[in-house]
Amino acid sequence: MQRMKAGTDVPVTLRLNGRSVSGRAEPRTLLSDFLRHELGMTGTHIGCEHGVCGACTVRIDGRMARACLTFAVQADGRAVETVEGLAPETGRLSVLQEAFKRHFALQCGYCTPGILMSLDTLLRDEPDADEERITEVLGGHLCRCTGYAPIVAAALDAAARLRGDIEDV
Amino acid sequence: MKPAPFDYVLAENAEQALAVLAQEGDAARVLAGGQSLVPMLNMRLARPGMVVDISRLHDLAAIHAGNHAISVGAMVRQADLLAHPHLADSHPLLAQALPWIGHPQTRAQGTVCGSLAHADPSAELPLLLTALDGSVTLRSRRGRRELSAVDFFLGMMTTDCAADEMIEQVRFPAKRPGAGYAFREFSRRDGDFAIVACAAAVTADGIELTLGGVGDRPHRRVWERLSGSALDDALNEFAWQSDARDDQHASARLRRDLVRSLGRQTIEEAQACRE
Repeated sequence: MQRMKAGTDVPVTLRLNGRSVSGRAEPRTLLSDFLRHELGMTGTHIGCEHGVCGACTVRIDGRMARACLTFAVQADGRAVETVEGLAPETGRLSVLQEAFKRHFALQCGYCTPGILMSLDTLLRDEPDADEERITEVLGGHLCRCTGYAPIVAAALDAAARLRGDIEDV
Repeated sequence: MKPAPFDYVLAENAEQALAVLAQEGDAARVLAGGQSLVPMLNMRLARPGMVVDISRLHDLAAIHAGNHAISVGAMVRQADLLAHPHLADSHPLLAQALPWIGHPQTRAQGTVCGSLAHADPSAELPLLLTALDGSVTLRSRRGRRELSAVDFFLGMMTTDCAADEMIEQVRFPAKRPGAGYAFREFSRRDGDFAIVACAAAVTADGIELTLGGVGDRPHRRVWERLSGSALDDALNEFAWQSDARDDQHASARLRRDLVRSLGRQTIEEAQACRE
């Protein structure tokens, strides 16, 4: 049984986008703050900090999770994936990210990292996801710029490309 | 929007978690999926001195489907119950209603038992446990006890779970032969808590309607077969007897209106499912 005292930092080691990384966190440190302030991974954004807005959505052990509803110490030993891990290499975007660019599916971009993580997970787990399913998953995110329609269009486009229904870029 | 400091215990087995709860009493809170507790911590509506994390207790992550009921352990995520094979056959009400809980992102982490322990009167799971006449198994170092939903939910975010107890599992009885079930919910936005939610079961003998979001806990009513204006009268009486509350989301009057209209629609849909 591990017991950690309030206000005392403990080491936290996790696999972040496939690489082992370590930092220190006290028990109350949220994973969102740990990623940004301790690891310097500022791609994960923080909005409401109570699980409603979806900006901080990441993947933990392959499942969608609100980083603001997870403590850093809980992620110890887990595989965490963030928006920084989506692009296949520097200077190249993922199919979904390209589709977001093509369809103007972002404006200010604040909500985008969380939405990308949710939709990337959806298209990975359910390649045949239709508009209704995409809308349902998008329902877990707030975007005040786009009106959502271009985001749905981008997700449908990316889904078709990932399935091989559309071949050109 | 950051939690107040707390001590943290990562339990490796249930006995460890129960020992800490027995020692710390009211100062400790159990952390499972975190989708109810952590918002309360972040908003400092809860300030426990200790958080007992049971998320690595894999023994508690099991679903056992029997002929008469499905048992759901304390670490079963809502998404896992929803994805359980044949759920729509054995528990049509759960299959219909679980997608209404939060969002896919919160269902991927949030546990079934955690939402029940939180006992938000507008949440779907307390309503479903009440509607299906399910039960909760509480465990402490003193032993185990099983409580019906009616005995478990005492009021707004208040249950009979003692400070040294935790929910070990919950049990949802299976579909009764020949029964039809339906679930409907009214909320401002997709994924919001319900302003009013209704679960109906219609059998050869009668009609059951359970309300969520209206009073300080789910309310269930059973009638012999009713239809037409007699059903309207029964729903009106139920609406007035359910202690509908006024809050920032809706007036008590709107909630009573929804009991009358949404309640009737839900019963009619359950009736249609039966035929």
